[in-house]
Amino acid sequence: MSSQTKPLLSITDLKTCFHTLDGVVNAVDDIQFDVYPGETLGLVGESGCGKSVTALSVLRLLRCPPAEITGKICFENRNLLELNSEEMRNIRGKDISMIFQEPMTSLNPVLTIGEQIAEAARNHKRMTRQEAWRWAVEMLRMVQIPGPNTRARDYPHRLSGGMRQRAVIAMALSCNPKLIMADEPTTALDVTIQAQIMNLMVHLKEEFKTAIVLITHNLGIIAEMASRVIVMYAGKIVEEAPIQELFKDPRHPYTKGLLGSIPVIGRKDKTGRYLQEIPGIVPSPLDMPVGCRFNPRCPKVMDRCKKEEPPMVRQGEHRRVLCWLEA
Amino acid sequence: MLHYVAKRLLFTIPVLIGISLLLFFMLRMLPGDPAQVLAGQMATPEEIQTIRQQLGLDRPIHIQYASFLGRLARLDLGLSARTQNPVIQEIWARLPNTILLAMTAISLACLFGIPAGILSAVRPYSWIDYIVTIAALFGISMPVFWLGLMLVVVFSVILKWLPAGGTGGWQHVILPSITLASFVVAFIARMTRATMLEALSQDYTTTARSKGLTEKTIIIKHALRNALIPIITVVGLQFGLLLGGAVLTETVFAWPGLGRLIVDSILARDYSMIQGTILIFGLLYTLVNLAVDLIYAFVDPRIRYD
Amino acid sequence: MNKKGLKDQDNRFRRIWVKLNRNKTALFGSTLIVIYFLSALLAPVLYPGSPSAPNLIRSLEPPSLEHPLGTDELGRTILGRIIHGSRVSLVIAVGVIMVGLLIGVPLGLISGYYGGKIDFGIQRVTDMLLAFPGFLLALALVAVLGVGLKNTITSIGISMVPIYIRLVRGCVLAIREETYVEAARAVGTRDAAILFRHILPNVMVPITVQTSLGMGTAILFAAGLGFLGIGVQPPTPEWGAMLGSARAYIFNAPHVATFPGIAIFLAVLSFNLLGDGLRDALDPRFKI
Repeated sequence: MSSQTKPLLSITDLKTCFHTLDGVVNAVDDIQFDVYPGETLGLVGESGCGKSVTALSVLRLLRCPPAEITGKICFENRNLLELNSEEMRNIRGKDISMIFQEPMTSLNPVLTIGEQIAEAARNHKRMTRQEAWRWAVEMLRMVQIPGPNTRARDYPHRLSGGMRQRAVIAMALSCNPKLIMADEPTTALDVTIQAQIMNLMVHLKEEFKTAIVLITHNLGIIAEMASRVIVMYAGKIVEEAPIQELFKDPRHPYTKGLLGSIPVIGRKDKTGRYLQEIPGIVPSPLDMPVGCRFNPRCPKVMDRCKKEEPPMVRQGEHRRVLCWLEA
Repeated sequence: MLHYVAKRLLFTIPVLIGISLLLFFMLRMLPGDPAQVLAGQMATPEEIQTIRQQLGLDRPIHIQYASFLGRLARLDLGLSARTQNPVIQEIWARLPNTILLAMTAISLACLFGIPAGILSAVRPYSWIDYIVTIAALFGISMPVFWLGLMLVVVFSVILKWLPAGGTGGWQHVILPSITLASFVVAFIARMTRATMLEALSQDYTTTARSKGLTEKTIIIKHALRNALIPIITVVGLQFGLLLGGAVLTETVFAWPGLGRLIVDSILARDYSMIQGTILIFGLLYTLVNLAVDLIYAFVDPRIRYD
Repeated sequence: MNKKGLKDQDNRFRRIWVKLNRNKTALFGSTLIVIYFLSALLAPVLYPGSPSAPNLIRSLEPPSLEHPLGTDELGRTILGRIIHGSRVSLVIAVGVIMVGLLIGVPLGLISGYYGGKIDFGIQRVTDMLLAFPGFLLALALVAVLGVGLKNTITSIGISMVPIYIRLVRGCVLAIREETYVEAARAVGTRDAAILFRHILPNVMVPITVQTSLGMGTAILFAAGLGFLGIGVQPPTPEWGAMLGSARAYIFNAPHVATFPGIAIFLAVLSFNLLGDGLRDALDPRFKI
């Protein structure tokens, strides 16, 4: 992406916290990033790092309270956090839509697949019932569901996991949105089905010219689909880089650890193992380490890391690292 | 579907036989001689003996039960010791009154309970939620017979708007059905609140919201359709409570239904009548449960009875 | 490790306490229960003399200084009868819960733990009893057993048994498959020890909640039977029976029917409030 294009979505100083009985949990802590039209941005991290909360914050799908979202989420020059609920409703599904992880639970069990796709179209495109239904069948054909006419009349429990996720994708695409937040779209599926769904998404993305924020913990999927990657750890963005550069030259020790934990056949590390692990566990959000949040697990930890929060170091237009080593 | 209904109906037979067996033996093994009661305090031993023979009480108990079952199959529940009329005839005469009362009450309860529960769940911890929650708790804790008496005091004694009891026009139905509904409406409101809260926190609700649907559509089309399944179960179960409440309500309002009949029979030790009414109550309850299971199939596409 | 376990435990109790405290209604319920217990225990002190001795000259008097809640049809002071009535209802409620717990819990444990034929047998009988909704079952049992205090307790108690059986069996089925129970069995712990040391503590939470709610139900049912004239018999000051006889005077002396009903209502309400509060506090699924 060149700097001439204006970002579609621009997030600045986003903080999302939850007020719980045990205290305030900062699930997303002061992050910023841009998404450009038509690109695929990968958002990677372990579970609990705040990547799903980021997506839900963008669409304002968190119940407030207990959640509290501050900062700026600008979509086409409008700060989503300042819109009223009616204006927000007109953005959801129409301009920005979402694909959820669990196709089992994200579809309503008592409504037909066709109805669930058609209702979004009816809602945003002012179609009649029949038009919307035909559109839904058309969408099912687009996501390569065989026999879309009969499938549209089926209830979710009659479809396999892969089919259901296709239906969810059809639902997300049904109003031709400019941006899709895809939260672990293939995690719940079998590996063979995963590949099919990923191919379908690549294909549809080209066709619909939709930007995608792909949230996953699977670096393999990121490598295949994304052009840029953001790595999150414990609510913070720790590294951002174009995809090739990230794999060739990871700079944050956490990113290095993540890449090391993908087994590569024939490549062993110094100790002769195929797989490297990151020692330790993700810190509790209620009990964050002082200084750099990664310091208890970092192999290159310095004294400074335990006292001061590291700065965000910009390295060129699309690279940044949150680490004292790069400062 | 028909096959399933037939199967379920067949299954109710052993349950009813079991109930009748329990009742039959317990009633006869306990102290107190029905023949004595029937003949009255002044009766001579000969008179009592005659009555015993008439009722077949002198024969061995298993023979008595066998003949009871035989008569049951022909819908013959014996003669009432109190009125000397056939039991089935008395029950038949009173059944419509109880059903009218129960149906009015359950409709009232759904009409008020479900919307109250939805409002409560949509705005949890708001003032409306507090009012509904507290009102529901009051409803559950309130003795129905007392509520009935208080309604009589207010609407019949003080305001003189409605009759205090008996049957007649539609005015007679109002107080008893409100009384009977009070308990059930509270249960339904609580259950609706709980299931709606659950449904509103499900992933599919988030999906619906992410599609930009209106709150109204999300609540009614997406959440309520799912919440309705457990609500129907509760309404079915409440029907049993309603039958229990009917006994009390009918007593308060001198409503000539099955509930009043059972109490009068217990007080008069009218064994055939007790047996008959309890069996009918059991049958009614079982049939309602069957109806509930069948309604499921219409609400929940995942359930198929083949 | 051990220290961490202890900390978790502390945390759990703190959470329960915070939630109970936060739940003001539950606290209100507990206060009412304390008043109810005190009134039952101290009845002879609070109202000395027989609550059942008639004084026909003073019958059906409205509330006054001497008789704060008025008098009934036999001129007995209603406040005194309500205070003594709390004693009767407490005896019934405790008795009913004892019957329900002592029969229901062991049967539920056995049914859930052993399964097989025993389970099948117990479940069929439970089904049969549950074919009758609570109050009707108690009513049917009274029809068989006859009226009076003891039979009221037995009837309502038995009508609660299937509820406890179902509850305990359900919990046991879930817990039986847990690793720690498997482990205890693997090292050869006796069944009885497993049941009482491992499984029973885990079903205590639902039993506690059910018991609080059950106390309320027992009071309500007993009052219902008393009202119908087939429960505790007059002149014993039983709240339901008081209402039953007050019914005849509803046109000229409505206060006679008003106050015993309020007593029943408050007693039942208090146990329901506490039960709901306990469920909210103890149920781990109920997060804030």
